[in-house]
Amino acid sequence: MRALTQFFKSLFLLELFKGLSLTGRYLFAKKFTVQYPEEKTPQSFRFRGLHALRRYQNGEERCIACKLCEAVCPAMAITIESEERADGTRRTKKYDIDLTKCIFCGFCEESCPVDSIVETRIFEYHGEEREDLYMTKEKLLAVGDKYESQISKDRGEDASYR
Amino acid sequence: MNVNIEINGKELQAENGKMLIEVTDELGITVPRFCYHKNLSVSANCRMCLVEVEKAPKPMPACATPVTEGMKVFTHSPKALAAQKAVMEFLLINHPLDCPVCDQGGECDLQDFSIGYGEGKSQYVEAKRVIKDKDYGPLVATEMTRCIHCTRCVRFGQEIAGIREIGATGRGENMEIGTYIEKSIDSELSGNIIDICPVGALTSKPFRFHARAWEMQKHNGVAVHDCTGSNVEFHTLRGEIQRIIARENQDINDSWISDRDRYSYLGLNNEDRIFKPMIKKSGNWETVDWEEALNFTAEVIKNGVGTIGPDSLATLVSPNATLEEFYLAQKVTRGLGSHNIDHRLQQVDFRAQESDPLYPGLKMSVKQISEQNAILLIGSNIRKEQPIIAHQVRQATIINNAKISLVNTQHYEMNFNVSAEFADDANILNNLLALAKVLVQKDKIDVDKAFSKLISSAKVTDNHEQTIAELKTDEDSLVIVGNTAQTMSNYSQIKIIASFIATNTNSQLAILTHGGNSASAYIAGAVPHRGPCNQVEENGLTAQEMFNKDLTTYIIQNIEIEKDLIGGDSEEVINHLTKANTILISSFVTDKMKEYATIILPAAIYTESSGTYINVSGTHQSMNAITEAKADSKPVWKIWRVLGNLLNINNMDYMSSEEVKDEVLDILGDKDMQSSINWMDFELDQVSNRAEYKVKPLGIYAVDSIVRRADALQRTADGQQ
Repeated sequence: MRALTQFFKSLFLLELFKGLSLTGRYLFAKKFTVQYPEEKTPQSFRFRGLHALRRYQNGEERCIACKLCEAVCPAMAITIESEERADGTRRTKKYDIDLTKCIFCGFCEESCPVDSIVETRIFEYHGEEREDLYMTKEKLLAVGDKYESQISKDRGEDASYR
Repeated sequence: MNVNIEINGKELQAENGKMLIEVTDELGITVPRFCYHKNLSVSANCRMCLVEVEKAPKPMPACATPVTEGMKVFTHSPKALAAQKAVMEFLLINHPLDCPVCDQGGECDLQDFSIGYGEGKSQYVEAKRVIKDKDYGPLVATEMTRCIHCTRCVRFGQEIAGIREIGATGRGENMEIGTYIEKSIDSELSGNIIDICPVGALTSKPFRFHARAWEMQKHNGVAVHDCTGSNVEFHTLRGEIQRIIARENQDINDSWISDRDRYSYLGLNNEDRIFKPMIKKSGNWETVDWEEALNFTAEVIKNGVGTIGPDSLATLVSPNATLEEFYLAQKVTRGLGSHNIDHRLQQVDFRAQESDPLYPGLKMSVKQISEQNAILLIGSNIRKEQPIIAHQVRQATIINNAKISLVNTQHYEMNFNVSAEFADDANILNNLLALAKVLVQKDKIDVDKAFSKLISSAKVTDNHEQTIAELKTDEDSLVIVGNTAQTMSNYSQIKIIASFIATNTNSQLAILTHGGNSASAYIAGAVPHRGPCNQVEENGLTAQEMFNKDLTTYIIQNIEIEKDLIGGDSEEVINHLTKANTILISSFVTDKMKEYATIILPAAIYTESSGTYINVSGTHQSMNAITEAKADSKPVWKIWRVLGNLLNINNMDYMSSEEVKDEVLDILGDKDMQSSINWMDFELDQVSNRAEYKVKPLGIYAVDSIVRRADALQRTADGQQ
């Protein structure tokens, strides 16, 4: 009996039509594809993209070289050298993040006591050579300066969940 | 006597009268504490170590509660923990939450114990106390708001450093730790308050904000700037030494080190450091590769030895070099037929050298100095020369009420009670002879004519008699000849009379040598009158004699002649060097050195090379390279090894510095310094009352080329003198 049903199924290409009907249904259904880069998916305010170093409103860099991010980084992507600045405060003289090592876990941001190192919504950065993906303090501060309004807005939205 | 006690339900025996915290420490039971430190007195003012004791109405401080028979203690009971939690909350009332910028972060007792024993919240809402920072000079940084008033630093100043520089003023909320009058802390042991401060109130100024405790690698090492052989820990980050801290060794330095040992690392990266071999060709310096440099060096040495003879070669080695370097240097020099090798740069009188012991030093451990009952210090500004030995002398005065007498050419400020001080700026010998005279007269010792003639003119006072009486008691006593005495032009006489006094008062005789590793130099044979381990050799030229005539070749290892060599006319010495072929094996090269050198071979610094150091009491301490040799510089023992090969010296194929060390120790066998210490063998008629050499000994922070380059040390009160 089983062999007989199998025979008729294959004779009338039943399974083929079943499959095609599914294809046909999706052919005319509403599309979900996002036409990147013209279109973009919505992002969470917790999105973990490119890193930035922030400043206070008076222009002073936030980072105090406590090196917690360096210690917590599971990929060891962060390298910090610290020193005493002329005014006697603790500052970094080097703050590097190797984006080729970074796994974007966000631990650096979590560990930062002064909300200095943050991960922004930027994910479309690129580099033509390895060095381009090696973020120095200047580059990170520049990112922070450029996107500060977005960054602070995101932190503000997230604050109520903390 | 032991008593039976019970800690956390475990029955055990403990020595009667011991403090509870000592017992729990031995057992490895953690009791949190801030003010208790095992090398300081008990003050019991932080109250962190409260534990529950059965039948006691309140929790008791473990640091100030002696154990008694049948005592039952609970260190982690709810009552104990509640007490500790409450104390923790009190301590944190005024403590700022600035751990991220605090240098103590990561190695902070307050941080650790607040996690272990504290609560996450505080009931305190009032304003926090803020204290203005003090300026304690170039070595110690302060952040007095962080202070929890444990008074460890105050007690350290009183009990260990011996100067009451820091104190507490005010009471309760208004209590402040400070110097009262604005001044720097000038003790030569001041850096230790950084180690003992349980919070970040006192931190190292040169190290400030450079690295965190958790990211540094720790390496054990030895301090090389004096003959104490203090144990230290080097902390490195990415191949750079970030700081040096004390490592405990209860036989040598307890848990303290001198500022010189702590901050000398600041001189390591000086701009004078050289990394490439250089040869002077027709007046111009050319950078060459190692092969060319070494071949050229061998050529120069061979030519000199070949044409003028082996006696025209002289080798001078820094007294801070390693045992291996001393041994290879003398092996190469002696292998070429010359005996002109020396390390005694700060000695001018070598007349009694024949009767030197295996090495001049101490016949006991450094710690045992603190067990003496009387000490005679001859020609020694011991606080500035060997700060840690001075600390042990001071301990002797505290523990044993030891009587200390000083014989010097001038008054030196000491940090312990001095029972008699003889300061005669004309001649140190007059007072020594007076002491000898007391002995001769009292004990009716038979002495030869020359000696009795010498002592006849000495003026004896009551103080001299008292000093001799103190030394002559049955208890342990010690006669110490210090660095200043060694710089004098009648050092041999000082040595003989000191030996006479020691022998006849039944005291031990100790010579505290210059440099960090003089004992090794003697054992390895880096002295002109003796081969390795006391083998008798033909006499060569001493460090002073080398510059009395023109030699063709000088090999100079890690010495800045114009600063390190005392006595003689510096101009004349440099003249000799300029005329001759001068080969510098050196880490630092100044323009002045470039004027007289012919070849410069860049040496790795001592932290970049493995080696063995033997301290004043004969303790061998080997050290691995802490960091890699920088750029093209090479460890000195390797330079000597290759030079030895190029000069066809036999048996120079060492693969490691251990092989060299083993060879020396094989020759040494079980010889020890006791074998021949009697300087009285030296004929007394050679003693003449030669006028004192007016040489100013090197200051505490000028003793070697590394310390001289440590800028923070140079900015201290001692460094500026």
